[in-house]
Amino acid sequence: MGIFEAILLTVITAATPLVLAAVGELVTERAGVLNLGVEGMMVMGAACAFIATQVTGSPYLGILAGIASGALFSLLFGFLTLTLVANQVATGLALTILGLGVSGMIGEAYVGQSGIKLPQIVFPVLSDIPFLGPLVFKQDLIFYLSIAVVVGVNWFLFRSRAGLKLRSVGDSHASAHALGINVIRMRYLAVMFGGACAGLAGAQLSLVYTPQWVENMSAGRGWIALALVVFASWRPWRVVAGGYLFGAVSISQLHAQAFGIGVPSQFLSALPYLATIVVLILISHNRRTTLINTPASLGKPFVPDR
Amino acid sequence: MRIELERRPEVSRLFSLLSPVIALALMMIFGGIMFLLLGKNPITALYSFFIEPLMEVWSLHELAIKAAPLILIGVGLSVCYRSNNWNIGAEGQFIAGAIAGSILPVVFHEWHSPLVLPLMLLLGMLGGALFAGIPAFLKAHLNTNEILTSLMLVYVAQLFLDWLVRGYWRNPGGLNFPETRTFDPVAVLPEMIASGRTHWGFGFAILAAVAIWFMMRYTLKGFEITVLGQSERAGRFAGFSTRKMIWFSMLLSGALAGLAGIAEVSGAIQQLRPVISPGYGFTAIIVAFLGRLNPLGIIVAGLVLALTYLGGEAAQLSLGVSDKVTRVFQGLLLFFVLSCDTLIRYKIKLVWSNLTGTATEGAH
Repeated sequence: MGIFEAILLTVITAATPLVLAAVGELVTERAGVLNLGVEGMMVMGAACAFIATQVTGSPYLGILAGIASGALFSLLFGFLTLTLVANQVATGLALTILGLGVSGMIGEAYVGQSGIKLPQIVFPVLSDIPFLGPLVFKQDLIFYLSIAVVVGVNWFLFRSRAGLKLRSVGDSHASAHALGINVIRMRYLAVMFGGACAGLAGAQLSLVYTPQWVENMSAGRGWIALALVVFASWRPWRVVAGGYLFGAVSISQLHAQAFGIGVPSQFLSALPYLATIVVLILISHNRRTTLINTPASLGKPFVPDR
Repeated sequence: MRIELERRPEVSRLFSLLSPVIALALMMIFGGIMFLLLGKNPITALYSFFIEPLMEVWSLHELAIKAAPLILIGVGLSVCYRSNNWNIGAEGQFIAGAIAGSILPVVFHEWHSPLVLPLMLLLGMLGGALFAGIPAFLKAHLNTNEILTSLMLVYVAQLFLDWLVRGYWRNPGGLNFPETRTFDPVAVLPEMIASGRTHWGFGFAILAAVAIWFMMRYTLKGFEITVLGQSERAGRFAGFSTRKMIWFSMLLSGALAGLAGIAEVSGAIQQLRPVISPGYGFTAIIVAFLGRLNPLGIIVAGLVLALTYLGGEAAQLSLGVSDKVTRVFQGLLLFFVLSCDTLIRYKIKLVWSNLTGTATEGAH
């Protein structure tokens, strides 16, 4: 395998959690809910997936645990913002703070243990295609899932009736309510889907990216995923493009060091965060396009009239 | 069973005061359950977490030291949040202030003058304000979401500090430890009370809280902040500028976070290290909400959250539970505060079956 392929492989590994978490959040935001707790759900997913894998010995049960923990954890957010109409920004922050705390506590006993890496699933014949084969057909389950989720979400949002309903809830909850759509239930489901995706993204971190548990191991990826949704102007395929771009930026530090480029490591570590800021500036300085793309009810609470 | 909300005709004064108290009580109950699950006696655990640190003079001083940055940052954030500017990067502004203020005692360490300390504090405020000025500029002029930019800058500030103390600012006589030289006595914030370590940072915090309380309550600026926060449109009709408010609130909160940073470094640590804050900037968000965005309430809330830090340390020593418990308590508290705030504007009704729900709907 050439050096170029090796680099691309690490880019894919770094991009997968970003793509997953961002696509989940995209669905949540398309339903009009801004969940800033992605980081918290992701780190919970990472911790629960790792612990479940260590206890049961099966990384596949670990994946399930990651998904379940993310979805359950997001229910907390849903209950506060949807049932109790609490402020979404503040509640999202609370979810992140609580997630970092709880994951640190339950994961403490597992710090330093070496985990079980999720095995690769090799497609016969296809994986022998030069260049493309090892990149796309010799990956772990979570990578395939990430692609499936993007395809599925794209189909759901723009080709299915339920997706149309979900988008209408996000664009005008009052009209959707008048049409008889259960706004709150739709939003609960969207929030849980976002949580499940963030949990799966976390599972990727602790089962594939670095198969171990480190406190705060999500390291801001949840926030970068939030920025990706804006970058992608709420469209699933653009999330993939953005995710891979960010994946490339975030692994540049490893390769820069390997090539002996004399820049302090801290500056390279700061690159993904700086890149996020630059991207946000580029995407949002045109006020009109931002307005057109943003779900019109994003972040606004809904209390049905009785 | 369903939960239904009914909007109150006006904001409930009773629950405005009670909601933080209910939230604290709920946190205690859930905290007790958590300790039970960890196999500890919940009563003794809660006692050593929340009461024991209040029994000794020295630990009361520690409480004030930890409350100082929380109050300073929380008060600034309250102005931001009231005006609908979501600065969540106070942790970065805290670090920026600490770095800017440390230029004098680290780089110009041979300069001994009574001017050093006041200049340090000014530089600290300037550093914090400039760092908050980045998301302010981006929001005010380029329409960029301040939540994400201010948060991303936290990571940048942390990495920059790490680079500084491992590189150019490392103590030449410090055996290669990643830390700067210790500050000269002229650069150390003096103690406030004779009985212990509490430094003037706590005094600044109280002063800032009272000043901002006065501003919010008795000045036109305070009114402007509230109006723009509640309805941007109404504010524009009154001739207030959203753009100027972004600058004002972000620079103010940045300056206060910067002051907190340099006060912490100069008063409590007396040198720069790779990590100078146990997440004060994020905890201050909880402080701001627990204080119901009221500067005087924030003083109390700052002391309460400072207690969770001390309690975590105490519980680690006496009970052998992890100090991560602190973060869990803090997160739980914010959750309960936010849910109890619903009581202020809504009546919460439990509807036991779908039938009664449709019956009342039909009656309307």
